[in-house]
Amino acid sequence: MKHIIFTVLLAVLAIASVQAQNPKAEYGAFALTNATLHTVTNGIIKNATVLIRDGKIEEISKQTSFQEDVKVIDCSGKHIFPGMIDGGTRLGLSEVGSVSLTQDYSEIGDVIPHMEALSAVNPNSALIPVTRVSGVTTVLAAPSGGLFPGKASLINLHGYTPKQMFAGFSTPVLNFPQSGKRGWWDERTEEEINKANKKTMEELDDIWQKVAQYHTIDSANAAGSTSVKLDYYPEMKALLPVYRQEVPLLVEVNKAKDIKKALEWVKEKNVRAIFTGVSEGFRVAEELAQAGIPVIVGPVLSTPSRDYDRFDRPYANPGLMKEAGVKVAIRTMETENVRNLPYNAGFAAAYGMSKEDALKAITIVPAELFDVADKLGSIEEGKQATLFVSTGHPFETATDVEHVFIDGWKIPMQSRHTELYEEFLQRSPGLKK
Amino acid sequence: MKKQFSLIIMISLFLVDSFSAQTKKGDVLIKNGTVITVTNGTRENADVLIRNGKISGIGQNLSAPSGVQVIDATGKYIMPGIIDAHSHIALDAVNEATQPVTAQVWTGDALNPLDVGIYRALAGGVTISHAMHGSANAIGGQNETIKHRWGTVKMDDIRMEGAPRTIKFALGENPTRVHGEGSGLLPRTRMGVEQVFRRSFSEAKEYMEAWDEYNNNKNKRGFKGMPPIYDLQKEVIADILRGEIIVHCHSYRADEILMLMEVFKDYGIEKLVFQHANEAFKVAPEIAEFGAMASVFADWWAYKFEVYYSTAYNAAILTQNGVNTSINSDSGELIRHLYHEAAKTQKYGNLTDHQALELITLNPAKQLGIDNRVGSLEVGKDGDVVIFENHPLSIYAIPQMTFVDGVKYFDIKEDRDDIRIYVDPLEEVDVMREMTEHEKCMSNTWEFLNE
Repeated sequence: MKHIIFTVLLAVLAIASVQAQNPKAEYGAFALTNATLHTVTNGIIKNATVLIRDGKIEEISKQTSFQEDVKVIDCSGKHIFPGMIDGGTRLGLSEVGSVSLTQDYSEIGDVIPHMEALSAVNPNSALIPVTRVSGVTTVLAAPSGGLFPGKASLINLHGYTPKQMFAGFSTPVLNFPQSGKRGWWDERTEEEINKANKKTMEELDDIWQKVAQYHTIDSANAAGSTSVKLDYYPEMKALLPVYRQEVPLLVEVNKAKDIKKALEWVKEKNVRAIFTGVSEGFRVAEELAQAGIPVIVGPVLSTPSRDYDRFDRPYANPGLMKEAGVKVAIRTMETENVRNLPYNAGFAAAYGMSKEDALKAITIVPAELFDVADKLGSIEEGKQATLFVSTGHPFETATDVEHVFIDGWKIPMQSRHTELYEEFLQRSPGLKK
Repeated sequence: MKKQFSLIIMISLFLVDSFSAQTKKGDVLIKNGTVITVTNGTRENADVLIRNGKISGIGQNLSAPSGVQVIDATGKYIMPGIIDAHSHIALDAVNEATQPVTAQVWTGDALNPLDVGIYRALAGGVTISHAMHGSANAIGGQNETIKHRWGTVKMDDIRMEGAPRTIKFALGENPTRVHGEGSGLLPRTRMGVEQVFRRSFSEAKEYMEAWDEYNNNKNKRGFKGMPPIYDLQKEVIADILRGEIIVHCHSYRADEILMLMEVFKDYGIEKLVFQHANEAFKVAPEIAEFGAMASVFADWWAYKFEVYYSTAYNAAILTQNGVNTSINSDSGELIRHLYHEAAKTQKYGNLTDHQALELITLNPAKQLGIDNRVGSLEVGKDGDVVIFENHPLSIYAIPQMTFVDGVKYFDIKEDRDDIRIYVDPLEEVDVMREMTEHEKCMSNTWEFLNE
């Protein structure tokens, strides 16, 4: 008898220890049936089924019965949306905001476009599961700092190596020279600010001249018309694809005056640019639209940049630019709270942007801007199965996200935040041990 | 003679002005909205009548007394003005970071009614905020509870007259970084923080007893002796011991929360609200047993090490464990959408609409000791009301009008560019604000930090 009890006890313990393991993502064939499908690019389809196989959306249908190898998830009353894409974050590059040893987004140097954010992305960051269970599946991990702080990379929030996470887009960032004060603590005089601004503009023009020369020599080399050997010059090598318009340049620029100057600069240098930040874009929306420059705006949940601006300017900014004809994506520029991306878009929708455009601003628009619209940003057959199932629209805070798929992998709906909730909602022992 | 006459007029004007230093009180009838009372359920198609700054009626088909403005709120939501139990708006100074104990200072001496943040808070439906001292010191300064009466240049106008006194305490990284690491003064560790409190309370107790003894004996025959030396810092801490001041303590980790409750038990102090308290959920049963309260962020975490092991489910766990909980801002940005922050507790912990709305109305009112005046819509309470387009917990909620004491201080239809009261004539260059400011309560401490 004792022996049996011991065996049972061992078996129970064994099960418990299996459950105590961190759950892994599942790969395979899944059918999400009877859902309201928000395709983003082809309207809303009711009672739809999405069949996921080999990491892709294989089929969109009304079918409800499948072969045995397909795991069926009944989504009656549920909604399916494409995974949300945050067009600017520090996710993966910083773990604890005040601990510099955990921060890898800002390297020494003013002109360092060859720094790869992707190399510093920590796939095991506790911040990543916290983010992806909210339906944000893909983010741009961006460096910051000097004039050219490095290359930003688009990553899917699942994978054990940066390579596994890489979502197919990487490009240099330019912090366009600022003509304003950096904050209330900036005690420089107007003269000093102007002088510094002028110097940085000259530096920028000088760099671009060098890129042009580098391009000329590199092209001549490729054509075999010269044998001039190029020295190791990683800065130029990193900027070359931008110069050749193979990739867009992410230009961080916020103040109206600076946006105008940046518009002139990209036109003059013939650079394919995406403006980011753009907190005063509403002031120059017409000019942005005319120039055909797309923007990644945000954070939307922020205070007006000037004391004399209307309280709702940051909320209304995306809608005002969209109305003027600018292509608008939305970002959080967050680290640990990238999960608030749908609320940044939601506030844009509450304050003037259409609900559809606000959803596009965190799905298909960033996918297009990052040249990955063939894989991400909408629910279409043949695209990557990166999507989520929810109880309602993700803009509403009462909505729960129930399943998340990234690149065909069914993600465990667990994070530090849910784990602590489960452990502490009814703590055991409670008051008395 | 003429000169004297005008002097008399000036003096009398000044006196009249001082006597009428009372702030504006308004009359208004808000009709036909969904009235969220917070304490008495939600009533459809109901009216709220405010007379002379106080709610005088809630019900259907109320009629407007003559001369009272009527506002049609058909299809809209009427709720009590939102209260922020942790803010630093309308302050010219936040931290007196020169010593670990500065109970003698008071943010009420540094109020700035010109801060545009007041108007922006009104645009988010917030009518009252707790203008707190910062978190650099274990025992910081006293705070001021303010009403958002925008448009005045007088600092007295924004004080919430009659609100109980409160004081800021702080545990953990901030006092140890500023004093221990920054200035080489105790405390450098959480051990040291505890002893700062024990020493301060013990010395204040001795001080209090010395005064009591002096006062009891000074009129006795043959008494020889001097009064103790007056010490404002000790006076304030003695008032904490007497239960006359509510302590609002900046805290994060579970262990330091427990430590402070032990210290308070030893000195018989009961009025305690933990601020931020990211790990309060780990000791929710102990906090509930003590009777302390918690004022927390909806989802902030990982911006510093002591909030790395925390969860956005904090408010829900605390609420379900019977701890009075509020959601606060500590930020000029979050204060603009506390209704949205409260709504996040439905995602993180499935709180009901009622529970979620209490987090930004009645519960913070209790934490500030002003729930007899505000925090719900009840007859006799202050006319602090906000009208929302769409349900306040929806992402599409937009505050339309905000009233303080029945006076309308925000109306989205009358909103315009540049609502500043004071324009700095020297300001030439545009200031672009930083993107996110975590912990406004560490303002004015830079020079003390080693970083």
